Amino acid sequence: MPIQALQLTAYTLTSALGRGRQAHLAALRESRSGLRACDFETAELPAWIGRVDGVEDQEINGELAAFDCRNNRLAEIALHQDGFLDTALEARERLGADRIGVFLGTSTSGIHETELAYRERDTETGALPDWFEYAHTHNVYSCGRYLRQRLNLQGPAMVISTACSSSARAFATAYRYIQAGWVDAAIVGGVDSLCLTTLYGFSSLQLVSPNPCRPADTARDGISIGEAAGFALLERAEPGSDRVCLLGYGESSDAYHMSSPDPEGSGAALAMRQALTTAGLSPEQIDYVNLHGTATPANDISEDKALCQVFGPGQAASSTKGWTGHALGAAGIVEAALSALCIEEGFRPRSLNTEHVDPALNSRILTENEQTAVNFVLSNSFGFGGNNCTLALGRLPGRTTSAT
Amino acid sequence: MSAIYVKSIGLAAPGLQGWQASLEVLRGERPWQSEEMPKYAPAVLPANERRRATRVARLAFQAAEDAVGAADAETLKNIAAVFASSGGDTEVLNGICGTLALPDRPVSPTHFHNSVHNAAAGYWSIATGSRLPSTALSAHDGSFVAGMMEAFSMAMTEQLTVLLVTYDLVPPQPLHAKRPLSDSFASALLLSADADGALARLELRLLNGAAGEPAVMSDPGLETLRLGNPAARSLPLLAGIARQQASTIIIPGLQGERVLLDMTPC
Repeated sequence: MPIQALQLTAYTLTSALGRGRQAHLAALRESRSGLRACDFETAELPAWIGRVDGVEDQEINGELAAFDCRNNRLAEIALHQDGFLDTALEARERLGADRIGVFLGTSTSGIHETELAYRERDTETGALPDWFEYAHTHNVYSCGRYLRQRLNLQGPAMVISTACSSSARAFATAYRYIQAGWVDAAIVGGVDSLCLTTLYGFSSLQLVSPNPCRPADTARDGISIGEAAGFALLERAEPGSDRVCLLGYGESSDAYHMSSPDPEGSGAALAMRQALTTAGLSPEQIDYVNLHGTATPANDISEDKALCQVFGPGQAASSTKGWTGHALGAAGIVEAALSALCIEEGFRPRSLNTEHVDPALNSRILTENEQTAVNFVLSNSFGFGGNNCTLALGRLPGRTTSAT
Repeated sequence: MSAIYVKSIGLAAPGLQGWQASLEVLRGERPWQSEEMPKYAPAVLPANERRRATRVARLAFQAAEDAVGAADAETLKNIAAVFASSGGDTEVLNGICGTLALPDRPVSPTHFHNSVHNAAAGYWSIATGSRLPSTALSAHDGSFVAGMMEAFSMAMTEQLTVLLVTYDLVPPQPLHAKRPLSDSFASALLLSADADGALARLELRLLNGAAGEPAVMSDPGLETLRLGNPAARSLPLLAGIARQQASTIIIPGLQGERVLLDMTPC
């Protein structure tokens, strides 16, 4: 039986493609990538990154100054796009501050602050500098705490950190909290910002491409790391709502390896099947799959195997990592938001930077943008630890079974 | 209001090494005494992984294995997991941030994949072969309550048996000065919508401005432990279950929110 749909009353995203939905739509239509040769801080790596311009200039002052760090600056920028801040505050007035949950995802939170602090350790005692404030910046919960305080909300809050599936999982958590009656609405999403830990860490695993990443390409050779923030306000869909909705979700584990996907894609297939089941949709109804599509050799082939298990060959799909880079813990919200845009605009984005689609892949990888009706989308997010989450998005009419 | 059931409990902390061994202390029959925790070798991990497991993974696994006891492989495969921790692997993060301050930044690939907040959750799913949902979260000092709500709602909505593991390690210096936890602590609660063989029944409510004082521990040592580690905020609930005494336990979150647990022994 399908779950009760949650509508995206508002949503926004900020990534290397720009600030807000219009900037993303324009970049997608113009086939303009947000990637650039790595120019982040002192990183000297043969890599391309998806950096958001102007994060450095967005200081957090006043009562919330303790939160000032790259990650929360990025959250603050995102909050101001697409009228999200106003809609969130309006929801607080409408529903009550204690009836809105905050469930965000991040992988590295504000760790860059700690990286900077470790450069300034006292030469004699090893102590970290006085200016360094751990709880409000580096702690995993920082961005959730920031948003809750920034919006003066009093409901439950947490930050999910399951690597690159983090902010997709936030949607499932929001659904469960609303089902439990603990909240009436939830702000979900995620924030992940560039830091040396991920740039050097993924490089140490030889997972970073020296070029702009090329998902699904024969010559794909790794990821391009990006940063992004995005939010959605979720609440129960009113009957007849024409907004894009969370229709279903699937969560699974590979139970295979810490940093490599199951080559057969079984865990990923399980997540997609559950998303379809909870949405009350059949595979034939899915118009587009936004792939996790990191552009590592291993991810793209195992994800394609998973798609073939669920859809058979030929499912229309693309990764948007060639546009935004891999926003890690924020990838889930970025790609859910892009999927929602695709539904609203009747648009399927191509797999950017993909010149020669790997013939070993059996899905229909989109190499050109397509203007066509997009009713139902699956968005995949997979992370280290074999952590998988798939979201099913679409509008209410047309589901095979009515919502309960 | 729906209820869920606590099927079994695991515990790993100084002076509280295992649920059974801790009952007397939790019931107040003898005072808590800190004692060093011997290095734990997780039984579910293959030998090579067991050697490489980080201290925080050992801590989480010690409580998790204590909770699932002698469950067979098939049972373990059918358990979903919620891993709640304020800071995750602070030793690994300390190592990485130290390395990044060196000239050539030689970050270890193993350190990096162990640095993700869901590392312990990932190793647990690999070790048990469970393909069910596995999540990892933080709410700083409110991480136990956040984990309980996630596990509670998962058990209820998805009709899954969920293992809630809450853990935090004492961070190493120099991080400890910025996050001064007193002791390491891990607890694990096996939760299910099914009452069969349960230790206790739980109902959960959010208190919004209603009266009620947060639960404290009467043993001064345990109270220090409760306040010294976010994972130890579970102690009042564990003590209630150990006493097999129906109780109403209020547990504060980080920012003034409070959660009320109505516990009835089974």
